[in-house]
Amino acid sequence: MIDLLSIDFMQRALIAALLVGTVAPMVGIFLVQRRLSLIGDGMGHVALAGVAIGLVTGVAPVWTALVAAVVAAVVIELLRTRGRTNGDVALAVIFYGGIAAGVVIISKSPDGTPANLMKYLFGSILTTTSSDLYLFAGLAVLIAATTWALRPRLFAVANDEEYARAVGIPVLPLNIVLAVLTATTVVVAMRVVGLLLISALMIVPNAASQLIARSFSGALRWAIAFGLVSAVGGVALSYPLNTPSGGTIVLLAVGLFIVTAVAATVRTQLSRRRHDIAETHPHEHGIECGHEAIPHGDHVDYVHDGHLHAAHESHYDEHGHEGVHSDTTGGAGAAGTVGAADTAGTVGAADTAGTTSTTTGTAR
Amino acid sequence: MLMSAPRTSPDAGLPAAASDVVIDLRRASFGYGERPTVTDATLTVRRGEIVAVVGPNGSGKSTLMKGILGLNERTDGTLTLFGVPGDELRDRARLGYVPQRHTLSTSVRATAEEIVSTGRLPRIGWLGRLRATDRQIVARSLDVVGLADRAATEVSTLSGGQQRRVLIARALAGQPDVLIMDEPTAGVDAANQHVLADVLERLVERGVTMVIVTHELGALERLLTRIVVVDGGRIRFDGTPERYAAQRGAVHHDHDSHHHDDELRPHPSGVTVGPLDVRHDGRRR
Repeated sequence: MIDLLSIDFMQRALIAALLVGTVAPMVGIFLVQRRLSLIGDGMGHVALAGVAIGLVTGVAPVWTALVAAVVAAVVIELLRTRGRTNGDVALAVIFYGGIAAGVVIISKSPDGTPANLMKYLFGSILTTTSSDLYLFAGLAVLIAATTWALRPRLFAVANDEEYARAVGIPVLPLNIVLAVLTATTVVVAMRVVGLLLISALMIVPNAASQLIARSFSGALRWAIAFGLVSAVGGVALSYPLNTPSGGTIVLLAVGLFIVTAVAATVRTQLSRRRHDIAETHPHEHGIECGHEAIPHGDHVDYVHDGHLHAAHESHYDEHGHEGVHSDTTGGAGAAGTVGAADTAGTVGAADTAGTTSTTTGTAR
Repeated sequence: MLMSAPRTSPDAGLPAAASDVVIDLRRASFGYGERPTVTDATLTVRRGEIVAVVGPNGSGKSTLMKGILGLNERTDGTLTLFGVPGDELRDRARLGYVPQRHTLSTSVRATAEEIVSTGRLPRIGWLGRLRATDRQIVARSLDVVGLADRAATEVSTLSGGQQRRVLIARALAGQPDVLIMDEPTAGVDAANQHVLADVLERLVERGVTMVIVTHELGALERLLTRIVVVDGGRIRFDGTPERYAAQRGAVHHDHDSHHHDDELRPHPSGVTVGPLDVRHDGRRR
């Protein structure tokens, strides 16, 4: 690792990976939420046309790609909203038009070798220049700050557009901002990840985080963690392996997704085995329900006909008898590692409630 | 002449205190594009009223409600909200919208608290974050709907009735002056309908004004102060539950019936229910 850090282009590539690994999942979670997982891919296609124009005219390709992607983003969002015509088809025309124009124009430029094209499409650790790096850092900070500041509203709009409109949240401007953030992320990621693979770094870390998180804020934190590990790890591996960095990053992300999926499945199996559900329970416990409420660790048990009932998902769990809180054993390890996902942000994931606080024995 | 309830609707000669009128429609038409699906609707809702807007599927009741919320086009007439023209109302969170959703967003994980917090957004500055008082209001909203101990639960694991209550809490978090609910009991089993009715009763006790759009009164009937029947894109009846009960046969809002008593307005010659009515349901996401 020390050698890697001493090589100039590796330093730059690793810093670029750090930036991309952070911002791509941040923007991506809203794309997943809006079910627009593939839109980043399309913007990558259009950005290639921008790169090509830059190569032909001698302007820095990063800038021309940025302009092309942002313009495409705004047009796409307007088409989606105004679209009487089939939005899907309109997107296809723009995306394939973009990549076709990119390939044709690049072939006319002095640098238009197939090897050069490959670098733009699939990423390379060799291509990040220092001037690129300053621009990437600036853009990444801008993306992160904007996303963070607008996060509650982006969430609200993606969660329920009609409701957002009804309460006066400006839906179209926020959607355009998200589209521009996506386009900008595409450009920041194009050097190390490549224009054809960018979308993966926005989406795959989120796909993995959705498997284990129990809240939006928890999912976002996990996605950024997965994104960082994939991007930095992928760049670091691509040097000794002599592989395209973009492909390596994405394979790493997919690998993380698979490992997470297996871990989440194991955890579900374990927790299913060790939790008792209270019999049919139409009654809703609450402050005014009349049943004695006993705070117990991170949850509240209600004494209901001698049984302790604790809210879990849509039902109530049996937590033993009055005075004797049941001890649930086993499986705590699995829940502890994966299940701790987002307890930091929330009052405590309901699922872990049964396992983390069961050792005290008596409730009172 | 327009139907008006003896007790609740304002008389033409008797202007209501402006602060008292929450929603005021005058001969309003709503719809998508050229063809209005609701025509000539005149309706006044005052503070403290619990109004049910009933009618069969495709009658235009949802269009009417969305028109009030500004979610579709008003092609004719006037809409006044809290004394100002509907288009000029800046503080739209005063209308607490509870949409009909069979499932909350399942594309990403979110807790009940996170969903309810979005209802607070219209009340905080653009770059502001939820403060302690905002969080308290969110917590109280969850408490009112009986979901205090499920604040941190992921919403897709909640039952349909519980999810409906999350949406009510979301609207409450905006501290609205009126709750406008679309089919709050649809798709909710009988036991949960009663829980829901209890929740609404709690809100009634707190003096919340409500407009409830529904195709069946069911467990909600006991809460109502007024019933408005929409059919064929027009308001066919507007009166107290007692009067509604007395005229039930005549009003006839059965799903397949288009018979109307002489006392009620004749069916308009213009087509007011069409494929558009069905389509706008389908357009929901």
